[in-house]
Amino acid sequence: MKIKRNIALSDSGFVFNPSTGDSFSTNPIGIEIIKLLKEGKNEDEVKKHLIKTYMTDEVTLEKDYYDFVNMLLKLQLAEGDESEAKN
Amino acid sequence: MKAKRKINVAVTGLNAIDSPGPGVPVIRALKESTEFDVHIIGLSYETLEPGIYMHNLIDKTYQIPFPSAGIESLLTRLEYINAIEKIDILIPNFDAELFNFIKLTERLEKEMGIKMFLPTIEQFEERHKSNLDEFGKKYGIKVPHSKMIFNISEIPSLRNEFTFPLVVKGKYYDASVAYTPEQAVTYFNKISTKWGLPIIIQEFVYGQEVNVTAIGDGTGNTVGAVPMRKQYITDKGKAWAGISLEDEKLIEVTEKVIKGSKWRGGMEMEMIKTRDDDYYLIEINPRFPAWVYLAVGCGQNHPEALIKLALGEKVKPWKKYDIGKMFIRYSYDLIVELEEFEKISTLGEL
Repeated sequence: MKIKRNIALSDSGFVFNPSTGDSFSTNPIGIEIIKLLKEGKNEDEVKKHLIKTYMTDEVTLEKDYYDFVNMLLKLQLAEGDESEAKN
Repeated sequence: MKAKRKINVAVTGLNAIDSPGPGVPVIRALKESTEFDVHIIGLSYETLEPGIYMHNLIDKTYQIPFPSAGIESLLTRLEYINAIEKIDILIPNFDAELFNFIKLTERLEKEMGIKMFLPTIEQFEERHKSNLDEFGKKYGIKVPHSKMIFNISEIPSLRNEFTFPLVVKGKYYDASVAYTPEQAVTYFNKISTKWGLPIIIQEFVYGQEVNVTAIGDGTGNTVGAVPMRKQYITDKGKAWAGISLEDEKLIEVTEKVIKGSKWRGGMEMEMIKTRDDDYYLIEINPRFPAWVYLAVGCGQNHPEALIKLALGEKVKPWKKYDIGKMFIRYSYDLIVELEEFEKISTLGEL
């Protein structure tokens, strides 16, 4: 799964999809995840980075990460194999 | 710096109301022209069209007869106005008046020196809502199935051809989504009372409505095109806010229509984009839309290009526009002296 190439992300967490005209806001961790995915990092690399950076456990991270990534797919901000974003 | 060329432009569609005409945004675009110093002559139908009183945009306004009065009466009125104003270019902005103006194209130019840049009568007719099925087939564009009806008694049998919901549309304006035959009857009555017959019944396509404002040079070239999605829609279905989109496929569809039909002049295409990225054409308006000023904001001054085309000049097509530019309409109370209202009401000019 990857973030669509034309998605714009600002430092304030404003996410804009120029294909649909939709815009959203995300928090600092959301910004971080989107940036990492945009850089081409895969799921394991993103999760590793988050575990290393934040005080959280793997179970909580798994749940929150897939919630977030599913939302990105649903909002047409990301594309690719949905199975990569486990339900 | 090159001096701007002085030009007298007459514009209709001054009804900047909740279902706005394109006149005022067209004038704003012309006022921002880098090539023309425009003197604007407003042409109005009703005395409460707000544009009449916007003296910062319109230098003088004249009332003209309603389209139903016929071509000769329009011609007589334009002769009078032209004798005073020496109109160089005329930009009609209403669907309902276009037929008369198209018919007058040659006479206006030959007899009065007034130039227009309008679709041909064939282009105007073939893109009618009632002919959209044929139009889609001819130019290879997907269109929702549609049918003209003239009587309420035809509504029960629509179930043989359509599934509900379906869209009930007026010949020129208005559209409502009917979820039941009863609702279809209600909308048939409401719309036919206002806009007459026939009523167009159209298959309802699920998806996101996207629109394009564009201009064709009459030889198949798209001079400019800017796609937009409505972000805020009024209860009349009009955009109160919108945003320009990055949508290459939509631009391709627009270019295909303009190339195939050799479209001449401004136009608006209304499309539905489905979840599968299919595009269905639901309507072509044969003139600029009321949101045409967004194109100016995005770097494409379509009304200015129209003037140049009308003057017979070549216009280099735009290749890009700003994506993610928004427009937001607002309402504004103009304070008008009774004398002004009196003048336009009694003398027909202001």
